[in-house]
Amino acid sequence: MTGIQFRPRRILIYTVLVLAAAFFLMPIFMVVITAFKNPADINLETVWSLPNPIDLQGFAEAVNAFLPNLRNSFILVVPATILSALMGSMNGYVLSKWKFRGANIIFPLMLFGMFIPYQSILIPLFQFLNSIGLYGGIPGLIVAHVVYGLPITTLIFRNYYAEVPTEMVEAGSIDGAGFFGIYRHIMFPISLPGFVVVIIWQFTQIWNEFLFAVTLTSTDNQPITVQLSQLAGGEAVKWNLPMAGALLAALPTLLVYILLGQYFIRGLLAGSVKG
Amino acid sequence: MKKLLSLVLVLSVMLGATSLALAQGPSGELEIFSWWAGDEGPALEALIARYSEINPNVEVINATVTGGSGVNAKAVLKTRMLGGDPPDSFQVHAGQELIGTWVVADRMEDLTPLFEEQGWMEAFPQGLLDLISTDEGIWSVPVNIHRSNVLWFVPSKLEEWGVEVPASWADFLAICPTLKEAGVTPLALGENWTVNHLWESVALSILGADGWNGLWDGSVSFTSPEAVAVWDTFGQVLDCTNEDAASLSWQQATDMVVGGTAAFNVMGDWAAGYMVTTLGLVPGEGFGWAAAPGTDGVFMMLSDSFGLPVGAKNRDAALAWLTLLGSAEGQDIFNPLKGSIPANLGGDVTNGDLYNPYLQSAAADWASNTIVGSLVHGAVAPESFTSNFATVMEIFLTSRDATATANAAQAVALQSGIGA
Amino acid sequence: MTVARTQQPSRPPHRRRRLNRDRITAILMLLPSILLLAIFVYGFIGQTVYTSLTDWSGLSLNPEINFIGLKNYNDLFTGLLDVRFRQDLVNTFFFTIFFLAGCLGLGLLLAVLLDQNIKGEGIFRTIFLFPMALSFIVTGTMWRWLFNPGGGVNRLPGVIGLQPLELRWLTDRTQILQFNWQDLPGIILLVVAAVLAWMAYRRWQRGRRNAARVTGGIAVVLALFVLLGGGKAIPTTALPETHGFNLAFIGIIIAAVWQQSGYTMAMYLAGLRGVPEELREAARVDGCNELQVYRHIVLPLLQPITLSAMIILGHISLKIFDLVFAMAGADNATTDVPGILMYLTSFRANQFAKGAAIAVVMLIMVAFVIVPYLYTTLRSEHEL
Repeated sequence: MTGIQFRPRRILIYTVLVLAAAFFLMPIFMVVITAFKNPADINLETVWSLPNPIDLQGFAEAVNAFLPNLRNSFILVVPATILSALMGSMNGYVLSKWKFRGANIIFPLMLFGMFIPYQSILIPLFQFLNSIGLYGGIPGLIVAHVVYGLPITTLIFRNYYAEVPTEMVEAGSIDGAGFFGIYRHIMFPISLPGFVVVIIWQFTQIWNEFLFAVTLTSTDNQPITVQLSQLAGGEAVKWNLPMAGALLAALPTLLVYILLGQYFIRGLLAGSVKG
Repeated sequence: MKKLLSLVLVLSVMLGATSLALAQGPSGELEIFSWWAGDEGPALEALIARYSEINPNVEVINATVTGGSGVNAKAVLKTRMLGGDPPDSFQVHAGQELIGTWVVADRMEDLTPLFEEQGWMEAFPQGLLDLISTDEGIWSVPVNIHRSNVLWFVPSKLEEWGVEVPASWADFLAICPTLKEAGVTPLALGENWTVNHLWESVALSILGADGWNGLWDGSVSFTSPEAVAVWDTFGQVLDCTNEDAASLSWQQATDMVVGGTAAFNVMGDWAAGYMVTTLGLVPGEGFGWAAAPGTDGVFMMLSDSFGLPVGAKNRDAALAWLTLLGSAEGQDIFNPLKGSIPANLGGDVTNGDLYNPYLQSAAADWASNTIVGSLVHGAVAPESFTSNFATVMEIFLTSRDATATANAAQAVALQSGIGA
Repeated sequence: MTVARTQQPSRPPHRRRRLNRDRITAILMLLPSILLLAIFVYGFIGQTVYTSLTDWSGLSLNPEINFIGLKNYNDLFTGLLDVRFRQDLVNTFFFTIFFLAGCLGLGLLLAVLLDQNIKGEGIFRTIFLFPMALSFIVTGTMWRWLFNPGGGVNRLPGVIGLQPLELRWLTDRTQILQFNWQDLPGIILLVVAAVLAWMAYRRWQRGRRNAARVTGGIAVVLALFVLLGGGKAIPTTALPETHGFNLAFIGIIIAAVWQQSGYTMAMYLAGLRGVPEELREAARVDGCNELQVYRHIVLPLLQPITLSAMIILGHISLKIFDLVFAMAGADNATTDVPGILMYLTSFRANQFAKGAAIAVVMLIMVAFVIVPYLYTTLRSEHEL
């Protein structure tokens, strides 16, 4: 592969890759240079020039403006992620190791829930949350995310546990362990990678979600995506503010992605149903 | 200034007395829902600051949802109202937006007792009261008056280009090529709703005040020759606007005029507030104004008002808010900053320290002109019409077919019960 | 498979009882999730379907709601005032096509390039995939700024001293590939006829002559029906109505491809890594050059991945909402999609029944793609 006759081709390959990388990084570059500009320096003619000097005040302002929403997002994401992961783990355990008659029908019916356009359940969902007094607050949003997160978390855990040899389960049951015993002593201890995948996936999905967030919360409980969309859609806003907001909204999921990329990709591929 | 001070003094004593009468005055929270953020924020904030002085026990939550003309805010507000979580008081345009959406749905509390108690039956012009009332009651407190049909320009630039302020759209279309040749956009336009905003000024000039009112009481059909002619003229006017309109906010369209890349802009008179407060321009020098072409002597008004939703969690605090809002004191705090004129006739409009020359001229027009209501800003038609009017506009922008558009407009009108 | 094994009768009776008790516990543990999804997915869908058959509008505390059958749907597809919905369907169609083509093309290209023993492969992979971690709202906000006609992308050539571009991106009002909505039934029937004709051809080749004759016959009948003007007989809009591809979508397609092509790349890359080196080696021995190895050996093996990716991405594009909302706003009619129209119809115009009908149409489109996919994927899994 390293022979001399490959040289021109290799150069071409690297050129294309570097150009593609530039395309993928361009928006982030733009966000960063705009976020750190002094609002007065932002104009369309010089959008690509570097901030000079770097203006931290605008960014600090954005942090202040977005802080309550960042907090809301965390209050939302942490419990919703943990709950849906725990339930998904239990479901996956049942569906992979305790198959029962009808499971082959119930499982696809459960899975369908992760593909539906949420517009088709939006109005009843919000009437329901309202009727149980959860409309407007973060708990209601948590309920929605836990329920609609169940299909994917169940799927990931089911596929994950399917690879645990049935012999291990049988060995456990011969040792006298029952349903919970097997889960607690055999399945749960080896579930860590599965949990990492699911938690990362749910964290990213719920953090990034918009439709539920915008329709189910009142103003003080809005997660960051809602605030960002409103700021960017607002008028006469200097663009450093939405750009700084975009950076803040992106940072947590980006960090997770960069630190735990392998698990993120596994979640991503799990989304295509096949294990 | 002295007069104002004494007025403030009297009012505070009065308000002080009221709050004494109510023992401690309201306490708890007060959530005010509006779409006034950014440049329009300070006026509301000043009013809230005054409210907090009078009602120190109330914690005010200023819930703003940005987005021009309140389009995003309205969607959020509806979700909340349907969800049984009304804010304590919310911004709503006086007229059909209030009546057709909220009052017919039994979502508002009758404010007649408040109006009587405060002596507001005489304090507000009758025409305005009619917009916020039904046979069953009075449903909101107007805080300001804005004018929709205003043409903005920079006088010195017009001289430079050798053009006059057009008295009619025909005049405008005549100077349009001249301006284009000079490399200037004849008319600056912004995103979506500003296109509808321009349309209502064109329609008013072609139809006149009576014809315009006729559209909404059903006596003039959208398919009548005059109404079809509106679209013809509108199409020609659009050809004189900037191509990147859809990507500009109304402020950016105003900036084009101020910056000299465009000659004119039709926008509501909140543009004056923007130019004075944010851009620091002097009315009459930095910018000039006239009634939109062909609409001299007619004042197309809109009014922001605040109501009290049924089921408001902090009713007392909300009533205290409405009391301040409707008072001459409150209106004189709010309007100079907002760039509008007070709806309360007790407002000190002739005070040059408070109201800039533009606002004084607007107040004079308000007193002398024929008054009609705005379509885009919720005065004359129910929301079902205004919302679908976007589709009508889209049909026109896509097809440029005046007759087809007029047919669609008539269909929307019938569907919304206009002229039924 | 597992079921069969645990039911083997060789176990002592008390173990079986124990197992049965555990089996019931297992079902009980699954029950809450099943109930929740039954209510939140199927119950709510049922309610939305019901709402879509009524005339619920307005914000009354106690609204008067009447059952009106399919009128809302009829209006959506033929009513004069719902022209926007029909254009939204056309928008979705074109958006889906170009979005899929972009993601599959770029994803495959990047995956194949990364498969060439690249130095720093990990870094490139990280860069190509990171947009997947972002919210559509973040993506939309960034690209909205980049596609500002006076700056952003248009100014990019200026960085190397060239003239700025004058593309109008999201504000473009040009429409190409226009057609009359009234011709649509005919067009659809012709497409169906063409597909059937192709199937007939394939069957003929495989020697299934009779099946081919039937399929071919139907294709000919359909084609004749349309050519003789039968398409016009199907009721659509009263007046001719032009629809087409809005060029304003190009910017949104670019942003969507930017965000999602990393996903196809990751899938293809996983697939490429699964192609045994011996297969490639064998082809090389047979005299194939690198390009031919890909063309004849590797790409055919990736076909199932392409299908999966098309379905996953396709269903995303059918229900796209956040990206357009953040990028072009809810009021930019040229970039409208059903998801946004449903939001506006329900919460701006207060027409909840019609909003529900739009949502149901979206659901049907998604189900059309997803249900066969779930069915075949899970069935093939059971066969293993």
